[in-house]
Amino acid sequence: MTSINYAQLLRLALPEVIVVATALLVMATDLLVLRRCKTRVRFAVAAGLASLGCAGAIVRIFYAPEVANILDGILIANPLIHLVQTALLLLTIFALLISVDSTFTEHVGEFILLILIATAGMMFLVGTQDLLVIFISLELLSLSLYILAAFNKRSAQSWEAALKYFLFGGMSAAFLLFGFSLLYGLSNSTSLPQIAAAIHGPSLNPLLVIAIVTTAIGLGFKVAAVPFHFWAPDVYQEAPAPSAAFIASGSKVASFFIFFQIMTLGFAGAAGTAAFTHLVRGWVPVLALMATASMLLGNLVAIAQTSLRRLLAYSAIAHAGYMLLAIVAHTQQSLTALIYYVVTYALATIGAFAVISVVEEQTGSDDLSNFNGICRQAPVLSFCLAIFILSLAGIPPLAGFFGKFFLFVTVLGATSGSMNLLWLIVLALAMSAVSLYYYLRILKRVYVAPLAADAKEIHPPIVTQLLLLLLAAAVVALGCDPQLFLRHITAAIQSSIL
Amino acid sequence: MLAGTIYISFLGAAGLLLLPKGSVTAARILALLTAIAGFALALTSFVHHRSGELFTVTRVPWIPTLGIEYHLAADGISLTMILLTGIIAITGILFSWNIVERTKEFFAFYLLLIGAVYGVFLSYDLFLLFVFYEIVIIPKYFLIAIWGSTRREYGAMKLAIYSFVGSTMVLIGLIAAYVVAGSKTTSLVDLAQYPFSLHFQMLAFPLVFVGFAILAGLWPFHTWAPTGHVAAPTAASMLLAGVVMKLGAYGCLRVAMTLFPLGLGPWGFHVLGLTSWRDVFALLAVIGIIYGALVALVQKDFKFVIGYSSVSHMGFILLGLMTLNQIGLTGAVLQMLSHGLLAGLMFAVVGRMVYARTHTRELAILGPMNLWKIIPFAAVTFIVAGMASMGLPGFSGFWAELMILTGAWRSYPAYALCVGFGIIIGVVYIWRAMLKAFFAETGVELTSPQPSLPPITLPERLGAIILIGASIFVGVCPQVFQNIIIPAFNSPLFEGLRKGSWQ
Repeated sequence: MTSINYAQLLRLALPEVIVVATALLVMATDLLVLRRCKTRVRFAVAAGLASLGCAGAIVRIFYAPEVANILDGILIANPLIHLVQTALLLLTIFALLISVDSTFTEHVGEFILLILIATAGMMFLVGTQDLLVIFISLELLSLSLYILAAFNKRSAQSWEAALKYFLFGGMSAAFLLFGFSLLYGLSNSTSLPQIAAAIHGPSLNPLLVIAIVTTAIGLGFKVAAVPFHFWAPDVYQEAPAPSAAFIASGSKVASFFIFFQIMTLGFAGAAGTAAFTHLVRGWVPVLALMATASMLLGNLVAIAQTSLRRLLAYSAIAHAGYMLLAIVAHTQQSLTALIYYVVTYALATIGAFAVISVVEEQTGSDDLSNFNGICRQAPVLSFCLAIFILSLAGIPPLAGFFGKFFLFVTVLGATSGSMNLLWLIVLALAMSAVSLYYYLRILKRVYVAPLAADAKEIHPPIVTQLLLLLLAAAVVALGCDPQLFLRHITAAIQSSIL
Repeated sequence: MLAGTIYISFLGAAGLLLLPKGSVTAARILALLTAIAGFALALTSFVHHRSGELFTVTRVPWIPTLGIEYHLAADGISLTMILLTGIIAITGILFSWNIVERTKEFFAFYLLLIGAVYGVFLSYDLFLLFVFYEIVIIPKYFLIAIWGSTRREYGAMKLAIYSFVGSTMVLIGLIAAYVVAGSKTTSLVDLAQYPFSLHFQMLAFPLVFVGFAILAGLWPFHTWAPTGHVAAPTAASMLLAGVVMKLGAYGCLRVAMTLFPLGLGPWGFHVLGLTSWRDVFALLAVIGIIYGALVALVQKDFKFVIGYSSVSHMGFILLGLMTLNQIGLTGAVLQMLSHGLLAGLMFAVVGRMVYARTHTRELAILGPMNLWKIIPFAAVTFIVAGMASMGLPGFSGFWAELMILTGAWRSYPAYALCVGFGIIIGVVYIWRAMLKAFFAETGVELTSPQPSLPPITLPERLGAIILIGASIFVGVCPQVFQNIIIPAFNSPLFEGLRKGSWQ
């Protein structure tokens, strides 16, 4: 056992430390200083402080990039992880900014604290290759998210959704832990590369099959893939808007990244194939199956939704299906595509939730009929919503289109020479044609339907408007010039040996 | 300089959105100026590049990681289509002078659509072409859904879904071709020269061809066209029939046929007497010609007559493509131009001159109004357009149909006879629509239409004159276009086609 250099450990974890310290600072400020102020003011100050903290962490990552690997992958720092952590922090800032004008709770400090703790959990999650740390940080993230989902204490449905989330989450965590314990038993190690080395063999150990399935269940729950998606529609619909945006964006990015890592690092050698004609046992067919189910169910059920949040939830399930394809392909290229896709997807989703939060604030619900004709009241807001929705639908020149194109290209190119995964691509593209229908229905409400006679005025707060414009500009810019972001991902992946 | 057509249109669209609320006249004028500027650029290039050979407009790396370039180029075919787009853009705006509701947005969507159409015709990178091709869908949807008439939301959604399904098929073929060719480039020329295996081409060709042909109104995937045209406001149906359907035909020629020329070759076995995809699509095209004409013959709604006549005329283009000889292909491109002008003109008469005044398109109601006495200009325009559309000499339709027929005679003599039959039905339905819409039958009691219809306005006259003039110009000097279209087929892009099944 080598002695641990605590100073190095601390220095390496400094971004996370900054985030946690900010969390405590925000909590203290809110409880000690701002107790008697109005909720809006408290939210503004707390979210502002928290954003500064996140920005500080980004600056730290940016200016002191270290490359290290402590204790066999317990804590890792390399350019790729820094990139993902930066993306996570940025998404957290955006989610925090949505909350600026909220009034749903009196417990402002606690709310922001939980968001930041969850962020720290995500940062640890992506920065490790050790089963134990993965599990602990995943739980840190999940537990914070359960509470965040339940934060609107005035709404019974919010409670119900959170309880559902918690029960499903607890169950899937148990599955995950079970799978991890089997892996430990098989390999006598908790480090992903060592597990891969130990389980490598010509045939699959039955225990390994169980480990693969239970791990896939645990992580499938986090990314809301069918059939572990039941929590998503309720949580998306009932959680307070900032929580929902946070769950739908940052947590997705982190979960997909670690999903990819576990599968490609930990189960390397047990992949199998998902070719249509001859399936070879392994984790790839399992994920291909989950992806197929998610794409089908997500897109088809989304058609029937009347609430925008529920619709986004089902579309999130569908998108999870597309993104699982990148894991099915498990190449370096497909990791690039996955990161590009999930980050641009997160940007568009946060934007959509920001719009929803404004409309809900004015009209009281996110029913699609409340969006009738809002382009006449709030042209900027509607324009941004159109950009986000069209990006989700994959219309060029927005980021979502290039994400899809790149993802499918890498998936098809993964099995060199053969067209083994073509059936998945065909299915995915066919389903994205279906998705255009329900996405256009939203825009039809916004742009075509007449404004309701008793419609209330919509005044988006200035911060939200700026946030929306920023996000829309990002979605357009990343779509028109994907190389902006692609360059960084490619460079980061190449310089971080996986 | 030609790239300016795209940028000007997009800038115009953005500029329109920045205009203050309620500025109707300013919006119209800005849109018109933008369209004229685009047309002027197109015309200048047309005059400068008389050889018809391929020339590069812009070529810069776009997404180097994937080998995607921002590559605009043009040859005789592109130039012809660009010119058509310019003309339709201007006249479409002239015929939308009466739009008062949400004018700014209308013209913004309109110019966005025009810019994307220019983009498709100029793209020489497959990815870029696809990007522009898909941008077209969204403004098309909104133009119909917001400003349309009869069952507009249904028509708009149907159109959007059909287009998107088509482009999805194209995208599958595109991704597969890109990956098979080594994921190095999306350049159209490089991909066209890559030796794809016969097996792959046999599968990819019908996929991509049908994907594009859906938008070109290939029977039996044409059903979006009549409903979409009828639901659309005048300018949008002019654009739809005039240029958007041409995008499909252009994609068939420029992408499907050049990338997978072996897909046109024989299968090696017979199914119902058909021996290749080429036979299949030629047959579908002929069915489209006759079916479209027959259905147009029995329509009660004036606009549906024109809608189905579009399906029929688009069949000519697809048949021309499938003849695979120089005269047939040149005829197909000429027919794209000719049908673009004439369909635009006919929709303008029906949608703007007649429907906007009488608020009905029922032939049974229009007849007793005896419109030729009230709005003679509309009647004369329709008669001229009808004559051109029947393929009378002196108009653009004559040369285009003649060339396609000659080409078809060489490749498919039996089909050429069927097409001749289709042309005759074409004469009949135009004749019937003309009589029923503008001339009261003797003995029928005349109904006086709503208190005296407003006279034909200046923008309408201008638009009609431009379109008729263009059609006559093509009819009188077809060699201007032939001279630049024929050399275009000599470019390396069409090499596979020339070496393969070319006759």
